[in-house]
Amino acid sequence: MLPPSLQKHDLFAAWTFASPALLGLLGFVLLPFVLAVILSFSNLRLGSPLPTEFMGFTQYQRILTDTAFLHALKNNTVFALLVVPLQTGLAMLLALLINQPLRGMVVFRTLFFMPVVFPLSLVAVVWVLLFAPGPQGSLNSVLELITLGAWQPRDFLHDTRWALPAITLTSIWQGVGFQMVILLAALQAIPLELYEAARVDGANKRQQLWFVTLPQLRNALIFVVLVTTILAFRLFDQVQIMTQGGPQHATTTVMYEAVNAAFASQQVAKGAAMTVVFFTIVLSLTLLQRYVIKHEKVIE
Amino acid sequence: MRHRRFIISLLVYSALLGMALGYLLPVWMMVAGSLKPDAQVLLQAGSLRGFLPSEISLQNYHDVLARVPFGRYLFNSAFITLSIVLCGLLVNSLAGYALARLQWPGRDKVLLAVIALMIIPLEAIAVPLFYEVTLLGWRNTYLVQIVPFIANAFSIYLFYTFFLGLPKELEEAARIDGAGMWRIFFAIVVPNAKPVFATVAILTFLTQWGSFLWPLMVTHSEAVRPLPLGIAAFYTLPPLQWGDIFAFGVMMVLPVLLIFLVFQRWFVRGVATTGVKG
Repeated sequence: MLPPSLQKHDLFAAWTFASPALLGLLGFVLLPFVLAVILSFSNLRLGSPLPTEFMGFTQYQRILTDTAFLHALKNNTVFALLVVPLQTGLAMLLALLINQPLRGMVVFRTLFFMPVVFPLSLVAVVWVLLFAPGPQGSLNSVLELITLGAWQPRDFLHDTRWALPAITLTSIWQGVGFQMVILLAALQAIPLELYEAARVDGANKRQQLWFVTLPQLRNALIFVVLVTTILAFRLFDQVQIMTQGGPQHATTTVMYEAVNAAFASQQVAKGAAMTVVFFTIVLSLTLLQRYVIKHEKVIE
Repeated sequence: MRHRRFIISLLVYSALLGMALGYLLPVWMMVAGSLKPDAQVLLQAGSLRGFLPSEISLQNYHDVLARVPFGRYLFNSAFITLSIVLCGLLVNSLAGYALARLQWPGRDKVLLAVIALMIIPLEAIAVPLFYEVTLLGWRNTYLVQIVPFIANAFSIYLFYTFFLGLPKELEEAARIDGAGMWRIFFAIVVPNAKPVFATVAILTFLTQWGSFLWPLMVTHSEAVRPLPLGIAAFYTLPPLQWGDIFAFGVMMVLPVLLIFLVFQRWFVRGVATTGVKG
């Protein structure tokens, strides 16, 4: 099988080159992944005197009838439905504006990208103060100013209706720059000839946006939407800091429940079952993206 | 025509400026708040006065340093992140090279496996990994925060695609001259692959620097905890003093912000390349 030029020490070199990383992936990605599936069918509890047993789908039955976990699934979905269109739309708008051939655009790009280097935990802490209750809270008073006093100050983070939107706003503020930069790169990769051809055919600016820019951005947009959706299902840091899942499970998430099960109540098996559910969601989203992009290539 | 262009640029600028203002508000609040006496921070958070500190003092910064081991957190964060970035660059680039250039049995299958592993996020394995490191007795160490994150499928993939695109001639010439694989890699390949090293370094840095979930699960003492946990703990540490919290925040973000501003071009380029993954 091996080409004659390949000597023995080359084979040795190949294995020494590849093995550190492969061992790492094996031990800290693949093994835990397999463990997640195995543990989810057990009753493992850290520090429990009971022997670990095979439990079949008991953990899955348990979590799928668990009020908090069902809330978590719903919250992640609502969060994704809020964050994905809003953040992608805003990132798109920013990318289109910054892509204009005007002076000083780099300054704006820097500015909107900046929060990406802020740790989410810090961002969450700062936004807790912005959402502070009462008329003294920053957001409350800004809204009062805008509505000329019609706004009733509220306690955003302790209000079942407002807590999740508040976390959404915080997340968009931190994350939009990332998407913006990806879309900006995609915009700048569109060949200028396409616009020239469109102009020759008499397309105005709006038609150029609709028939040249957006179709050319299709794959980048699909990618951004997918990444944002997956990120939405990974939501944890903001919840842990801003609301601890409350009030009344209004902001709890799959990851928050999984970590709490494994960590706070030592129920590793239950937490593992939750992460398997989480991974199934991520996998289906990824496969969906692959399918959509492949599909397009067939049409072409 | 000129008239129209002027109006368009005016519109673009005012839209961007408006959004920039909203965007800067939280940052400005943090900086201004960190320079004011504690009692004023929450009191003035809602008024315009809140955004201009009337008396500037560094007292809050002083208090933070007195109340928590800020230097320890900073060192932990820097040490953990740098270790992951540097070890990751070495290990993943070697693997990427072995996959792109060397021939060995099973290579194509390994490549497919690496690509498949790219879609498993940390969250999907956090719980069993937590169990695994508990069995290993690694909890509450630096090790547990570094070792699991050195090997990274996406980094390997980025190196792999970059090395595929490098012209082979130089390596072949060196090979004829009798250079070994290690020498070829470090003397010829690495110097020609600076962009991909920068990209991987920055992406690794961005994901690890803010790391919160994992250290929260596996550490419990200040001695090994990183900055993101530091601010989360400080924020719940009575007495709740917003001036101190913001001072902590400013100190936490300043070093990274400086690095970001200096290497901005690379950050932007690095993030833009994640878009080609799909």
